[in-house]
Amino acid sequence: MTETFSMKNYLRDLPLPFCAGCGAMTVMSEFLRAAYELGHKDLSKFVFCSGIGCSAWIPSPHFMADSVHTLHGRSIPAATGIKLMRPDLNTVIFGGDGDIVGIGLSHFIHAARRNTDILVIMVNNMIYGMTGGQVAPTTPLGSKTTTTPYGSFEHPLDAARLAAAAGACYVARWTTAQPKELKESIKKAINMKGFRFIEATSQCQTAYGRRAGFKNAGEMLKWFKENAIPIEQAEKMDEESLTGKIVVGEFVQRQRPTLVETVYKMIEEAKTVEKG
Amino acid sequence: MRKKPDKDTFFWQGNEACAEAALAAGCRFFAGYPITPSSEIAELLSKMLPKAGGIAIQMEDELASIGAVVGASWAGAKAMTATSGPGFSLMQETIGYAFMTETPCVIVDVQRLGPSTGQATKCGQGDVMQARWGTHGDYTAIALSPNSVQEMFELTIKAFNLAEKYRTPVTLLADETIAHMRERATMPPKENIEIVNRRKPKPNEKAFFGLEEVPPMPSVGEGYNLAVTGSTHNEYGIRFTADPEVHRKLVERLNSKIQNHADEIAEVETHNIDECKIGIVAFGCTSRAIYEAAESAEEKGVAIGYARLKTLWPFPEKTVRALAETAEKIIVPEMNLKQVFYEVQRVADGSAEVIPLNKIGGGELITPEELTQKILESARN
Repeated sequence: MTETFSMKNYLRDLPLPFCAGCGAMTVMSEFLRAAYELGHKDLSKFVFCSGIGCSAWIPSPHFMADSVHTLHGRSIPAATGIKLMRPDLNTVIFGGDGDIVGIGLSHFIHAARRNTDILVIMVNNMIYGMTGGQVAPTTPLGSKTTTTPYGSFEHPLDAARLAAAAGACYVARWTTAQPKELKESIKKAINMKGFRFIEATSQCQTAYGRRAGFKNAGEMLKWFKENAIPIEQAEKMDEESLTGKIVVGEFVQRQRPTLVETVYKMIEEAKTVEKG
Repeated sequence: MRKKPDKDTFFWQGNEACAEAALAAGCRFFAGYPITPSSEIAELLSKMLPKAGGIAIQMEDELASIGAVVGASWAGAKAMTATSGPGFSLMQETIGYAFMTETPCVIVDVQRLGPSTGQATKCGQGDVMQARWGTHGDYTAIALSPNSVQEMFELTIKAFNLAEKYRTPVTLLADETIAHMRERATMPPKENIEIVNRRKPKPNEKAFFGLEEVPPMPSVGEGYNLAVTGSTHNEYGIRFTADPEVHRKLVERLNSKIQNHADEIAEVETHNIDECKIGIVAFGCTSRAIYEAAESAEEKGVAIGYARLKTLWPFPEKTVRALAETAEKIIVPEMNLKQVFYEVQRVADGSAEVIPLNKIGGGELITPEELTQKILESARN
């Protein structure tokens, strides 16, 4: 490639909505860099879906591409309808933790089970950021949020392990402090079939960090670096020593018949049946 | 000798007629979740659609079902879901999204007896107002009400046509009785079925969300860099979440594009509305009693006029007002507690006395005898 990468080539000329230091910017740029490195000069081979939340605004309407910005939690059903009718389009979802594994959790599990051919990139900032910092299903135990002023009394969900257990073909988790690994996973996932899930543990200084005791976004990134444990290492550790750690790496990578494959095979078979 | 039935004549169940019509209308995507009394539609389309190269999928719930329908519609397919009251409740948020994003789709609500789980296998007509006001925000609904198996066929096709023409969700508000009864129905020759398809953009057309009453609609994957959002957006789909003018312009157009054509959309079967003493306004299964009741009352010398509403929303005001101008009294029989009654009263605006006739529970229908009695009673007083 002769040209050099520029985010601008993939974006509408609109001001970006993210706070200074927001991890969504990293996810956005690493995705676009991944697309660029895979040879996509534009995003015409993609369709993007998102729900409601800050990270839903990564593609919508900023990507110069088709984007369907749906309701809170409903990006996966819409993407399912799109992918089934247009299997040729690479269908990618961006969403936050509240959107994907809070209100939309059921769709997430079922899409992994069906092995729906979509790539879900979840920006996990451990908080409901857009609404002002309420506790999320991913908030660490004990974290102060606006709805848990004395500290969260709930255990967080491990979305990556859940996706792997439910049947995803590819699952990876990285933090925004590991942009290169994140980009490589995105590149790998874009070119795979079936249900793919990438979790990017991300900093939201505005709604999470400052209440959780971080001075700035940089401190959160430092925390990610210090607490990220490669999955290979984590497998040798007990639950107690993993508390407060972020397990990163590739959780699963496999092939099994995808929804597009099984649906279109069924259609071919149905056409040969004489009477219904 | 018995005449051999025409090959285009069927002994269909209402739900079967609906599925056949969906296919004939060009539906190629169905997503649904099992619920009595609509499940036959899902079962039949699961059999029929793949043979036509289409897709029917059972989703994890009604939220996912209508969500997938919206996605499929943006991928270029005519798409439909079928449900009943509880599922219709769950779908309301996405029905609003389809309205806001101008996504054509058809929602079949085979009404059963609510509220809540109510009497799940019994007939009711309690979702009339939900079909009108179910989603939040300023909204204008289109809802059709069949009263025979034949009309399940015809109005399902009409629902698709209206959805495509106006780029909006359309509800086929059927009921358990019509959906589960079997009767003779005919399928017209294919070339006689009017099919409307969404208008695709001409080259250089870029405003898919404004500039004209019903803008053209491209699909994803056609190179338009479509931006679709349920947030307030300008003509090009770009989000404007604070600008008052952008919101007014969008939402007023979304409502007026339907309201301005209410007379065109309205389909009403009428009888003697210009010269009657007692009027009847009825819809769905309940309206099947009006023919016999009108005949019985007319035999006793009472001049009857009726308006049988095939279109419930937008409310066919013109016809109902005409009836109210001649009739002294209008009876509104319905299997709910006065949902259409108040609408008739609003439109009659004092020109006629509006009398409710309501029955709920056990799926018991309002009989022609009960309606006749009400007519004679009203004529005497």
